[in-house]
Amino acid sequence: MRVALFVTCVNDTLYPRTGQAVVTLLERLGVEVDFPAAQSCCGQPQYNTGYRHESEPLLRHYAEVFAGYDHIVTPSGSCVAMVRDNYPRLGARARAEGRGSALAEAAANVVPRTYELTEFLVDVLGVTDVGAYYPHTVTYHPTCHGLRMLGLGDRPLALLRQVRGLKLVELAGADECCGFGGTFAVKNAAVSTAMGADKARAIEATGADVVCTVDNSCQTHIGGTLSRRGSAVRPVHLAEILASTEGRVL
Amino acid sequence: MSSRERVLGRVRRALADVREEHPDTGATGGAAHTDGGPARDGVARDYLRVHGERTAAERVELLATHLADYRARVHRTDPAGLPDTVAALLAARGARRVVVPEGLPADWLSASAATPVPDTPALSARDLDAVDSVVTGCAVAIAETGTLVLDAGPGQGRRQLTLVPDHHVCVVHVPGQVVDSLPQALERLVPHRPLTWISGPSATSDIELSRVEGVHGPRALDVVLVTTDAPSTASSSPR
Amino acid sequence: MPTPPGAAPAFPDAAERSTRDTTLRNNLRRATHTIRAKRAAAVAELADWGELRAAGAAIKDHTLRHLDHYLEQVEAAVTAAGGQVHWAVDAAEANAIVTRLVRETGEREVVKVKSMATQEIGLNEALAAAGITAYETDLAELIVQLGHDLPSHILVPAIHRNRAEIRDIFRTQMGRWGRPAPAGLTDEPAELAEAARLHLREKFLSAKVAVSGANFIVAETGTLVVVESEGNGRMCLTLPETLISVVGIEKVIPSWRDLEVFLQLLPRSSTAERMNPYTSMWTGTTDGDGPAAFHLVLLDNGRTDALADQVGRQALRCIRCSACLNVCPVYERAGGHAYGSAYPGPIGAILTPQLRGTVSALDASLPYASSLCGACYEVCPVAIDIPEVLVRLRERVVEGGPVTVRGTRAVIRPARGHAAERAAMRAARWAFEHPRALRAGQRLASRTRALHPRHLPGPGRAWTRGRDLPEVPAESFRDWWQRTRGERGTA
Repeated sequence: MRVALFVTCVNDTLYPRTGQAVVTLLERLGVEVDFPAAQSCCGQPQYNTGYRHESEPLLRHYAEVFAGYDHIVTPSGSCVAMVRDNYPRLGARARAEGRGSALAEAAANVVPRTYELTEFLVDVLGVTDVGAYYPHTVTYHPTCHGLRMLGLGDRPLALLRQVRGLKLVELAGADECCGFGGTFAVKNAAVSTAMGADKARAIEATGADVVCTVDNSCQTHIGGTLSRRGSAVRPVHLAEILASTEGRVL
Repeated sequence: MSSRERVLGRVRRALADVREEHPDTGATGGAAHTDGGPARDGVARDYLRVHGERTAAERVELLATHLADYRARVHRTDPAGLPDTVAALLAARGARRVVVPEGLPADWLSASAATPVPDTPALSARDLDAVDSVVTGCAVAIAETGTLVLDAGPGQGRRQLTLVPDHHVCVVHVPGQVVDSLPQALERLVPHRPLTWISGPSATSDIELSRVEGVHGPRALDVVLVTTDAPSTASSSPR
Repeated sequence: MPTPPGAAPAFPDAAERSTRDTTLRNNLRRATHTIRAKRAAAVAELADWGELRAAGAAIKDHTLRHLDHYLEQVEAAVTAAGGQVHWAVDAAEANAIVTRLVRETGEREVVKVKSMATQEIGLNEALAAAGITAYETDLAELIVQLGHDLPSHILVPAIHRNRAEIRDIFRTQMGRWGRPAPAGLTDEPAELAEAARLHLREKFLSAKVAVSGANFIVAETGTLVVVESEGNGRMCLTLPETLISVVGIEKVIPSWRDLEVFLQLLPRSSTAERMNPYTSMWTGTTDGDGPAAFHLVLLDNGRTDALADQVGRQALRCIRCSACLNVCPVYERAGGHAYGSAYPGPIGAILTPQLRGTVSALDASLPYASSLCGACYEVCPVAIDIPEVLVRLRERVVEGGPVTVRGTRAVIRPARGHAAERAAMRAARWAFEHPRALRAGQRLASRTRALHPRHLPGPGRAWTRGRDLPEVPAESFRDWWQRTRGERGTA
């Protein structure tokens, strides 16, 4: 099976380790991974801040870059939510504004082929035990878009439970937002920081040494908050945990 | 242009896209439905009519449980025991004066030592404030929510009778007056009658969102479940 | 009168002050977390919640699509049942109608049931200006009124006050409005409720005029429905001689049967009860029972403007349960006052800018008062996709475009103050469309990473005030891919 990796702009620029982990993991599971180099950003920052028309070219770009792949896999629940929920809206709005149906068709074309990493592993490959080893105490924060827009449900936890050496501890108030929210973190910095501090305290209270999510944008906020507090807990993307083996712990 | 015309005009202009999309059921009323209104576009009623199957006895049991959950005090008797039960409840409350709605069966208060105050149009809210208790029947009771519905019919009286006095004794004929669910209750009620739905005594959650029983309405609600074999009296007849 | 939006601070500034108020944050945290768990349990009791929710949304959508028809039906049914119907285009007209109706009774005092619509139009202040005193009778509204305060929650307007603060307000203020608080009043909730009972009973027994809102109006029968807990609603709806109900035009539902959906959705979402203690339903007037005169004031005040927006109109489904407030992480930290209107929380953030427009700094900031976490949408009993509408309204702020303002179609310009952001968004989009430029930027960042400051200047300062920045890696993912397997998949 051959899949296209949509690494996302945040991972490409700030968290290459996550992208590398996805490649390692998928290749270990016998999947051939392509990285279409023309890829960039899903357009969520523009769309969610209100710049709908700035996000339209990025939808078109995404559809062009990933044409011809049956599976587009990405280690970001948030970016998949942009594709799945908001691309069709962009298309529908353009049509309602009398600008034709090209955008709607582009959206309809990519939506069914775009998968969040854990969806791809559990639903498409049908695996929860990916042969990983990770000797740490880990708590899992389900990021909002993965939790509510994608309905990832138990998938990430099912994968974590199969990791050898890993001790999973429950996070109190796990379903509460960490306070990132894209430009919200800057536009409403005081509230965002207060939310982040509460999340960091909850994470610290678990006694875990690693906090795991499926979204590095949220990890940037959680990690930045933990770091400022001088906390020892490290933020690690789920892909990096799943890619780890006895021989090589990431 | 009148404000009426302005508001309706704005509504119609705001719905221009709806009319374009569905010209036959458009915003001006459009194609008539069987009930005289516009056809119901996209309303599926696939929710449950009743939450679970129950025998009549189980239905009454659930009503009692849910009434008690909301701090109504539940009592059970049969028609022969009703006068003594009512008398005991009034006595326990120390009630000296009891307001009696029109049409209340005479025997319900026959064993009580309290002074009956028959309701008349002259009886003011201030007069009611000087009364200790009220005894009424009801129109229907809902098991799933623990709710009593009064429709101002015989034996229930004006709405303020069950509001101003601080103690309400409500008699429910079981199982005849008990329905399982809210949808079933609505079917039995006549909309144009003034209706009061009561689920436990007056309560508030306004202080730190914790529930406190008793603010303005009766702070004590005694519900007497009277087991009768008589056919249902739940469906209201218009006055 | 609610603070005029033009004078109120933008949401982020008001919210920043709230986050420093530890009493407020503790009060809000305790209250919202208490009700959150209860709501979840009450909802879990019904196996068909999803179906009820879908039906509630569909009935409201249907009603809105035929709103003119149903409003005319309401008017006919209420009139036939002995009521009088009045139409108010805006707040000023509604206030003038109510003031005139009260004056015609010769009374100078009215008792009020808690009503969001009259809060929205500033009715109490308008009546005061006409020499008429309005007494709020809901316990929380009483606390707010006595405390010269503003409501901060839809269901529990005094949620920002704890029991000790309420006791102090009652002790010092009740005497100025009527019967004073009992001597030795403690902060026990039951005692506080008793004090309110005694204080207000005098008002109920002497009031000749009452003002209410309504939760629902049934078009086919002309029946109004008020859902409440304390019995103050029943007092106002049945004891006075004249009843004036001010109701937003979106409160109509087509048929009697439709109540079976909403009377299941509302109490469980709102107070987390199977059923609220009291629900009153009345149709026009009834001889010998309740007010002899009944007036219904149908209020637009921006609702038709919201109706004209194909995305935003779903906000008019709202049944004012307040479930979205109780789960909102932003509301929990910012408090209700920061939203600067009668409608706080997520629903306020989409309702207020649609009813009032996005002209003031406050109203233009409301669509951004959310991290788009979606908890509000998840609990909404009529499935309002609040994040979707928030984003739509953000678009209205930064891009402008066609809108309806007071019934007139207009094209608005982008709000001021977003020029730098707009340029940045445009530049980012351009870079994302040109991966070569993107890569150059990434390489520049990587090469200069030793120089990156811990605290950023400009807009970035908001981030680094409370959070560290991630380290920029030595190599981007695309460079790593190119370096290690450049021969493959670089289509």
